Amino acid sequence: MNIKEGIREGLGSKILDWKEHSARRIYFLIDQKDIVEVTKLLFKELGLRFSIATGTDTPEGFEMLYHFSHDNTGQFYSVRVLIKNKEKPEIDSIAPLFPGAEWIEREIWELVGINFKGHPNLKRLLLADDWPEGDYPLRQK
Amino acid sequence: MSHRVIVPIGPYHPLQEEPEFFQLYVEGEKVVDIDIIIGYNHRGIEKLAEGKHYDQVPFLVERICGICSSSHPYAYVLAVEDILGGEANVVPERALYIRTIVNELERIHSHLLWLGLAGHFIGYNTVWMWAWKYREPVLDMFEMITGNRNNYAMMKVGGVRRDIKEEDISIVKKMLDELVPAVDMFKGAVMDDPVIQARLKGVGILTKQQAIDWCVVGPTARASGLNIDVRRDDVYGVYDRLNWNVIIEKDGDIFAKTVVRILELYECVSIIRQCLDKMPKGEIDADVKDIPSGEGLGRVEAPRGECLHYVKSDGTNRPVRHKIRAPSFMNVASNKVACIGGTISDATITLAAVDPCYCCTERVAVMRKSDNEKVLNGWDLIKLSQEKTDKIKEGMLNARPQ
Repeated sequence: MNIKEGIREGLGSKILDWKEHSARRIYFLIDQKDIVEVTKLLFKELGLRFSIATGTDTPEGFEMLYHFSHDNTGQFYSVRVLIKNKEKPEIDSIAPLFPGAEWIEREIWELVGINFKGHPNLKRLLLADDWPEGDYPLRQK
Repeated sequence: MSHRVIVPIGPYHPLQEEPEFFQLYVEGEKVVDIDIIIGYNHRGIEKLAEGKHYDQVPFLVERICGICSSSHPYAYVLAVEDILGGEANVVPERALYIRTIVNELERIHSHLLWLGLAGHFIGYNTVWMWAWKYREPVLDMFEMITGNRNNYAMMKVGGVRRDIKEEDISIVKKMLDELVPAVDMFKGAVMDDPVIQARLKGVGILTKQQAIDWCVVGPTARASGLNIDVRRDDVYGVYDRLNWNVIIEKDGDIFAKTVVRILELYECVSIIRQCLDKMPKGEIDADVKDIPSGEGLGRVEAPRGECLHYVKSDGTNRPVRHKIRAPSFMNVASNKVACIGGTISDATITLAAVDPCYCCTERVAVMRKSDNEKVLNGWDLIKLSQEKTDKIKEGMLNARPQ
């Protein structure tokens, strides 16, 4: 079974929207409550490599993209999540599943201001200690 | 209770002259914990990119790091070209070859730089001087091809900025021919030297499973048996038209990382030679005017691993979001497992073995010093590392039959 079918079957109705930008660039949208389940399937069961996550401040809410690479085929899957609550953005942390996600969640937490619930060590990564609390540099003002 | 010593390395790294801060917690000889503190070099480049025109961003991102100053702009232009329909559909043939050549020259100079530093770390200062001596002609080649020894300013959306002159090709080929014996010498000096083997084998091991869990990339991953290389997996440039190999080692120790880098040097030379032979004549720039709205991802195998840029466009002349992930961001974090359990004299070389790049990764801690904690500095640490090599050498000399 190829990897694309594996993801589509494994996730079923959790995929809300599927978009193939090109043969090797695939984006799909899921609900924010499913992120841990989806990551488990992609990373632990199907063996995709977690490349990075991107947090963006958009007018509709905070958009998270979790980039996973399937190195055997060169396909690059980006899992899109829209956090609609702009006042207090929160999402479950995927760092308890594997340590490679710890740093990027810390970075997004301090720069974009998204709270990662259940992160083992949520503290500043890049910003200085005297940077003011609650001022997130990558938010649109 | 055992006596716990804090060894701070940084914020100026004693070897790499870059700002980062490792705090090693040591009991006796053994490293029991490590804090990695980054952020000293955070320049807000992602934010700055949002205020720049698409054509200005390559100049910004090539200043992320002086060593990967072709990989970052390359990954960025790939991301923008992904919005436009893919590099292969946009960029003229000749430009693809020139991009590949510059990308591989960068790998040669970066690996030689690391080899020199690693040699210095374990007390092989001759390796240090020689590696950097042979790196000079590589920078000369850069100057000849791009006009600059660093920050090459070659990449632009739709092509490259400068053509390779016909008369330069034979000179570059001759310089590559002269580089190979030097790489042979390093290969012999490192792989056949019993002292280096005794010093680096079994040190700073990152197992295959750990490499997967920490999501490491590049030579760090390949030395732990992960068969990944963006050049082959997610082809860009002309890598799919050339003959070359991905170098994989299984042991995950520092020796394996060294071997991977040295053997990769041969592949780089071979790739550049093939490109110079096959390169067609023609245009070097597609003259792209507008970037439509959409999003694109670009990946490049930088000397340290996968370098990823994500660009989101709303149809104006500036990106609305530009995410940059340098390979060291993943590799440096894995030091946490590679260092713990090792000895203090191995710590410096272990921390350097992932070829960390702090301008790329991006650190702050307050020194804690209670009554029973002692503080050593970085130079003490290099000395410890070099002394260990000397001891191994002495031991071998004494064991030799008279």
